[in-house]
Amino acid sequence: MRSAFIKALVELAERDPRIVLIVGDLGFGLVEPFAARFPSRFINAGVAEQNMTGIAAGMALSGAVVFTYSIANFPTLRCLEQIRNDVCYHNANVKIVSVGAGLAYGALGASHHSTEDIAVMRTLPNMTVVSPADPLQAEMATQAIAAASGPAYLRLGRSEEPVVHEGPVAFRVGKAIQVVNGDDATLIATGAMVHAAVQAARALMRSGGIHARVLSMHTIKPLDESAIVSAMQETAAIVTIEEHSITGGLGSAVAEVLAERSTRPVPFKRLALPSEFVSTVGSQSHLKDMYSLSVRGVVDATLGVLERAGLIGLVRSTDQACLLRGSE
Amino acid sequence: MNTTADMLIDVLQDLTAFARAIRTDVLHMVHRAKSSHIGSCFSIAEILAVLYGRILNVDPMRPYKHDRDRFILSKGHACAALYSALATRGFFPRDWLDEFYQDGSNLPGHAAHTVPGVEVSTGSLGHGLSIACGMALVGKRESEPFRVFTLLSDGECDEGSVWEAILFAGHHRLNNLVAIVDANKIQSLGRVNEVLNLEPLCEKWRACRWSVREIDGHNVRELETTLANVPFEPEAPTCVIAKTVKGRGVSFMQDELLWHYRSPNDQEFADALSELKAAV
Repeated sequence: MRSAFIKALVELAERDPRIVLIVGDLGFGLVEPFAARFPSRFINAGVAEQNMTGIAAGMALSGAVVFTYSIANFPTLRCLEQIRNDVCYHNANVKIVSVGAGLAYGALGASHHSTEDIAVMRTLPNMTVVSPADPLQAEMATQAIAAASGPAYLRLGRSEEPVVHEGPVAFRVGKAIQVVNGDDATLIATGAMVHAAVQAARALMRSGGIHARVLSMHTIKPLDESAIVSAMQETAAIVTIEEHSITGGLGSAVAEVLAERSTRPVPFKRLALPSEFVSTVGSQSHLKDMYSLSVRGVVDATLGVLERAGLIGLVRSTDQACLLRGSE
Repeated sequence: MNTTADMLIDVLQDLTAFARAIRTDVLHMVHRAKSSHIGSCFSIAEILAVLYGRILNVDPMRPYKHDRDRFILSKGHACAALYSALATRGFFPRDWLDEFYQDGSNLPGHAAHTVPGVEVSTGSLGHGLSIACGMALVGKRESEPFRVFTLLSDGECDEGSVWEAILFAGHHRLNNLVAIVDANKIQSLGRVNEVLNLEPLCEKWRACRWSVREIDGHNVRELETTLANVPFEPEAPTCVIAKTVKGRGVSFMQDELLWHYRSPNDQEFADALSELKAAV
């Protein structure tokens, strides 16, 4: 996703001289094409994220379109008050980009796990929060936030995320993309978990004839409430899937809509990370498996809500579960 | 505040009178609002008078004109003094000052960009200099004529973000940036040199490649001469350490920590007002 981002940014900067990239001394092997092409519009602020963000606000208030870049929690939590007061309060045209969503930096440890950022960023007034699913969405998200005025947060995976969209896709901030059609249950996923959700939907179809709808909820704020309401009305149950803490992220955002808008009980499950620091050393895939953020985990969660919805019975018997898991 | 246009013109021509008018406004505002930070406002009265009376290229009729000098009050808690200066310069009606800090008013208790003439909102210390760096960087890269001035408190220099910005400005030779430190030597819970000793402060800024001068922050002539001659060096940002006295102008408030917080009661208000009047 990060390569798609920088490619898109270079292309945008060719057309728009207002675009500036400011990094917090990170981006080795990534930002060089931008720096080489636009030396006067590339700034390394040093290991100083608070100043980086304040500078970005000052530049934006003077007419620039500023992208700040770093990894994990450094461009978000480290400088949260600068984002709140300097960027959001002034509705400054600053786009915050972080690479390493969720557990992408798995074995680097909890300092590098970006697991509360969606929750924190979506509380900020004026902030748009975008979490693309794959390289194509990352590219289109970069274009979309550059085109819109005001603060945005772009949450990117690291690299080599699987492709969700093989062909062109309509990407609009605040508008979910229905990746798989279905009317039994709805899987609402964000970031790289969309790919797992699609795989899970296929497994459910193959093994149980279950038609699961998959929504790529690439924008957490503003949230596509109508897609959620449609899911609530047209399908029996909803599962949210995110590589983020269970507190305050996509699942919470969807739950808020369901709680206010539903006219009947909707079996609902948030598949997310527990609110705890990872105490094991592990790669991203190891840790995600550990926390059921896997195709198998999505399948199990979906069967669970469908069972609660009364749509299926006994599907969680060992044989059935094995069958479904075997298709992973 | 009841002030005639003629009086305002006099005030703008006489910087000492302008500073006194700022203190008088602030005294009324803080007393009426029962708000804090009068000492922090009094220590910057001359600095603001010189900036808004002589130095800043700003136009109340066109507050957002492209080539305006930018001024950021990084010590946003002293906004009552800034509001007074802006009202005197005509950025908004002076009767707004009467409603400072009141329910539904236009003037909140920390500087807000929603007020005409206030460049950016502040209130949390350690933000202003970074924003100023961003503005100065754009100005320099696009060869814009404007300068960026920011006023910090000395206690504010405890904030790590201030030093991030100091390093940045020195490295990038932001010669269109001026940082003024209101060195009144008192911060929230005590004397600056007892809470977290900043000395030698001038040398610290110099070590970060700033051109630094230390002056008397209550001497309008010295302030004017100094600020009219920035940058001191062609390729360096400018730092003015303005030695000031917290609560300056009212004998019982001067150099007293209490007046970071306390709002004058009716008797103290009357006493302070008569001292300010007697100083004419």
